[in-house]
Amino acid sequence: MIELKHLSKVYTNGQTKVEAIRDINLTIEDGDIFGIIGLSGAGKSTLIRCINFLERPTEGQVIFDGVDLGTITHRELLKKRQSMSMIFQSFNLLSQRTALGNICYPLEISGVDKKEARERARELLKVVGLADKEKSYPVQLSGGQQQRIAIARALATNPKVLLCDEATSALDPNTTSSILELLKEINRSMGVTIIVITHEMKVIEQICNKVAVIDNSRIVEEGPVTEVFTAPKSQIAKQLILPTNQGVPEAEGFRCLRLVFDGTSAFEPIISGLSRSCDTNVNILGANTRNIDGVAYGQMLIQLPEDEAVTARIKEYLDQKNVKYKEEGLNVG
Amino acid sequence: MLDNAMIALLGTSIWETLYMVIVSMILSYAIGIPIGVILNITSKDGICPNRPVNAVLGVIVNIFRSIPFLILLIWMLPVTEAIVGTMVGPTSVIVPLVVSAAPFVGRMVESSLSEIDGGVIEAAQSMGSSSWQIIYKVLLPEAKPSLIIGAAISITTILGYSAMAGIVGGGGLGAVATNYGLYRYEDEIMLITIVIIVVIVQIFQEVGMITAKKLDKRLK
Repeated sequence: MIELKHLSKVYTNGQTKVEAIRDINLTIEDGDIFGIIGLSGAGKSTLIRCINFLERPTEGQVIFDGVDLGTITHRELLKKRQSMSMIFQSFNLLSQRTALGNICYPLEISGVDKKEARERARELLKVVGLADKEKSYPVQLSGGQQQRIAIARALATNPKVLLCDEATSALDPNTTSSILELLKEINRSMGVTIIVITHEMKVIEQICNKVAVIDNSRIVEEGPVTEVFTAPKSQIAKQLILPTNQGVPEAEGFRCLRLVFDGTSAFEPIISGLSRSCDTNVNILGANTRNIDGVAYGQMLIQLPEDEAVTARIKEYLDQKNVKYKEEGLNVG
Repeated sequence: MLDNAMIALLGTSIWETLYMVIVSMILSYAIGIPIGVILNITSKDGICPNRPVNAVLGVIVNIFRSIPFLILLIWMLPVTEAIVGTMVGPTSVIVPLVVSAAPFVGRMVESSLSEIDGGVIEAAQSMGSSSWQIIYKVLLPEAKPSLIIGAAISITTILGYSAMAGIVGGGGLGAVATNYGLYRYEDEIMLITIVIIVVIVQIFQEVGMITAKKLDKRLK
């Protein structure tokens, strides 16, 4: 279990002080896949580096398995880090060592003998599905493969916790998914607690059971993913979680109206209401909406009829219902 | 005139030069690597930032690097005599050569180490590496190809310095060039020594570059 208590980190540069994180309180239970999501500059990277004391927090405590990391000696801290591994956005493999050599590194520094280290490394190469790449150097591997080697390296010392710093941000969507599945599998089969830092919603959605939203150096919201995702309270969470125009096609060849549901209109059958009250058929070209706690969010693209009078009635109806819209498609500049 | 005696002298001189250069090179690296490592790790973004140590060492290095070699060579004569017991001959030149080259090598090493991606060092720290482990398992091995290129450059510099030592009785090819080429106006001998020195530099340079390329695992 990891507890963060009133964690703050202030960087001082001459006269200017920058507060990277401020009064962070979080509890991460054993076996969690805990996501921390935020925009860039929110303080995510500092936060994850404070957890393993790569950055020493200026205030507050990190309690890992009942031990306050701020009170132990440097030597003890180095020992602790072996049970709290980390993977990175840019993989950070040793370029002059083979895949096998990279995985052996943490074992070498913890004093495991060479032969034993190699055996363990080979086992781990199997776990990450790269048993045939032991002699390859990082430059010969793809991004996804490099991250798999980094994961194997991180697991070498049998850590209790794996810290992931934007681990999939440099990867394409398919590779991202496969790496996330691997992390999930590791969590399930080895019981490793995982802390994930990301700016991507889909990472949280795919693997996390709990999430905290960080904005402007503070945690603004936290809880089980299902709760936070179905009913985000903070502005930033809404911005990160709610559907945007993704999945709604661009208007093509028709005169169209893009309806925007931003939470100000009630969730009611707008389209059938519109169809009935304007006495026209409505053709929906695409939609990406979500009902969150009885409020509609998202966008919808509908085709406009040829008749100008009907179009005017449609707009009037939408105004009444407080739905925002924008005309798109043919002849719209 | 290029007679048998002259050929024998050139042969001995080549060995003297190689002896001076290689021994100086080894000693300069023995001193220069620790200097470079300390400069790197104590810098602001290093693994053990320490401003006073970095500043003091930096100043010392700069002082020795800014003294022209010929002046250092003469200025150090008493020290040289105290250490090797003589002020002439190839062995005596090794002392000022090392004093002059070690700070230079230190800067070369520092710059090679600074090319290493900070992320890799951070990863090593996150795995619980001590500073010492980072130095000999991450910094030096990762910088190896760059260090070898640096060594090829350093050896050329040392070779150039060693030739200067010929003027004050240091022996080697520099002495031949000075004694025959300069004082006796034997242009032929002068030219031959120059060609030999150029060839030696080329060999060192090529061997260094090829080795660096061969060892660099970043190249596919």
